[in-house]
Amino acid sequence: MADSTTGASASAQPGRASRRWSDARAEPVLAGISALVLAIIGAMVIFVLVSAWPSFAHNGLGWFGSGGGPVDEQLRAIQRSPAEPSNYVYELHAWPLLFGTLLTTGLALIFGLIFSLLSAVFIVEFAPPPLRRLLEPIVRLLAAVPSVIYGLIGILALGPLLDGLISEQRKEEVIFVVPLSGLNLTLATLILTIMITPIMIAIIVNALRSVPRSWTEGAAALGVNRWRTIWKISVRAARPAIIAAAVLATARALGEAIMLSMVSGSFGFAPNPLDGFSFFFEPVRPLAATIIDNAEALSVKPLGQTIYAFAAVLLVSSAMLSFAGWAAKQPMKKYAGRV
Amino acid sequence: MSTAGAAAPRAPAPPLRTRPRDTSASWPLLDRIGLAFCWAAGIALCVIAATILIYMAIKGVQYLRPELLFSRPEVAVDQSGTGGFLDPLAGTLLIVTVAMAIALPLGLVVAVWLTEYGRPLGLARAVEAGVEIIAGTPSIVLAIFGLIVFQESFFGFLSFEAAGGSVFGRSFLTAGATMSLIALPLVVGATREALQAVPNHLREASFALGKTRISTIRRVLLPAVRPGIATGTVLGAGRVIGDTAIIVVLLGATARLEAGDGPTGIDTLRGTGSTLTSYVYNNSPVGEGNAPEKAYAAACVLLLIAILLNSLVTRIAKGRRGGAAWIT
Repeated sequence: MADSTTGASASAQPGRASRRWSDARAEPVLAGISALVLAIIGAMVIFVLVSAWPSFAHNGLGWFGSGGGPVDEQLRAIQRSPAEPSNYVYELHAWPLLFGTLLTTGLALIFGLIFSLLSAVFIVEFAPPPLRRLLEPIVRLLAAVPSVIYGLIGILALGPLLDGLISEQRKEEVIFVVPLSGLNLTLATLILTIMITPIMIAIIVNALRSVPRSWTEGAAALGVNRWRTIWKISVRAARPAIIAAAVLATARALGEAIMLSMVSGSFGFAPNPLDGFSFFFEPVRPLAATIIDNAEALSVKPLGQTIYAFAAVLLVSSAMLSFAGWAAKQPMKKYAGRV
Repeated sequence: MSTAGAAAPRAPAPPLRTRPRDTSASWPLLDRIGLAFCWAAGIALCVIAATILIYMAIKGVQYLRPELLFSRPEVAVDQSGTGGFLDPLAGTLLIVTVAMAIALPLGLVVAVWLTEYGRPLGLARAVEAGVEIIAGTPSIVLAIFGLIVFQESFFGFLSFEAAGGSVFGRSFLTAGATMSLIALPLVVGATREALQAVPNHLREASFALGKTRISTIRRVLLPAVRPGIATGTVLGAGRVIGDTAIIVVLLGATARLEAGDGPTGIDTLRGTGSTLTSYVYNNSPVGEGNAPEKAYAAACVLLLIAILLNSLVTRIAKGRRGGAAWIT
């Protein structure tokens, strides 16, 4: 479609002004509408950051720090702050929420990456054909299950199961610090892992399949067995895609709100690895889940602005992740694979 | 999708990549352990999916009754008296309609412009990146963005006004408009991919017949990529149906459709309500309703819809290229 072709065909019919859509008019219109996407993003960044600013401005870098008592108390104090704008309370040290986000996302990513890499290798190379035909719809199904259903299964079925693992004695020991229950870090990480695995499997499988066949055939011709061929050749060649998959999965885990608000225990607490075994049973509450939990109280202005600050943190991190994912995918393009 | 087609894009490929007689029995121990882990992961996937399906099926048989689908939610202390979920079902339908009514045209335009025009290049790159950024933004952030924007008095006509004259910002229209951002990247992606797959001689033939570029798009390209558009629409609708965060923040999640007393159609859209997802959320132990039986029943319907849409995508994609339609 050289440009001269269209130019000629458009100018060849100057008399047909009744044509509703001339090329000369259509292109700027389409471009303008497309640019709307950029306008939306610009508006999103500006509106969220501006609305969130008071919370950051009042706390400075302390916003990201710890201290100031339990974070839930701080949020309640913000919600109860006096009506006059000059007396608004903004004091917040959000570290427990940030730590909860990092912890759930990081753990889910580590487990998810291992699990999805093994599954992808299995699907591409080792699964018997009938099983492979079964696995592809299964991956799609797991990706299509709404997060609220994962949350429901977690809170109603798996939570009580996990609850049975904690002794009453241990619960009573720590009740004044933190309530231990079946809804905790372990459950949140487990379900989050299941939720982010399908997207990673899909990307890694696509990448493994787009590795040039001659490379693996060359290895096979040299007498390398199938495991080493796929592990040393295909998986290595697909490394950019694996990184891209990890980045996308991180973005998804970071923004998961509903499921985590249901199963993470919804208690603003930073699980302490020094607590030993209890660490795994301590509740968390990531940023996104905190937004959901406070959705009813957003009209209280200072609390609203604090919540917008959480959204701003998520927005900035997810935008950075999008960029990282895009950058990681670039080397993969040379295999002409659809990643 | 056939096995051979799944293993490699080229159709008549042998199903195995390497020598078929290379059995794992001759491998070093470490490799065999790795293989065992692979099998474990694959089987774990099957077990997880089977567990979810069987568990939800059992709960569905236990709690899902036809009358639940046709009765409206009631307020009651006991969960046997809380009625059904007709309103949330209608709400889901409304939200999907509103969201796709915005996302489909917008997504089509963006996809067409990106593939067929794409000039100036800088703008095209920026729009492309913009779509990716929207795709990567968590829905809860989009929800907060929607709330901030739609509470501006400029958008007052989209929702009701609260007592103090401030704009409530929560309605089917605002939630649907925000939801369209979730569906947009999927529509753009699927349509773009289909447009790129259209062979160039089709365009050239149309130009040779004297058609302008825009009429080529309308008469030749868009009909040719209809399956791609359908895939994008269904994927987008599936994502919209499954999302809860935007509903909880932007629809008010009232059990019934709360309309004002104006003309019904518009006022319902300007009013608040709930969808299946928020119904499940509110009836789970974390919500106000706390009626697990109803939550299970609604979750079953939700899962059924998700599975249906999922198989629809596979069905549509089957005709194209014989390739597997992986999730996007």
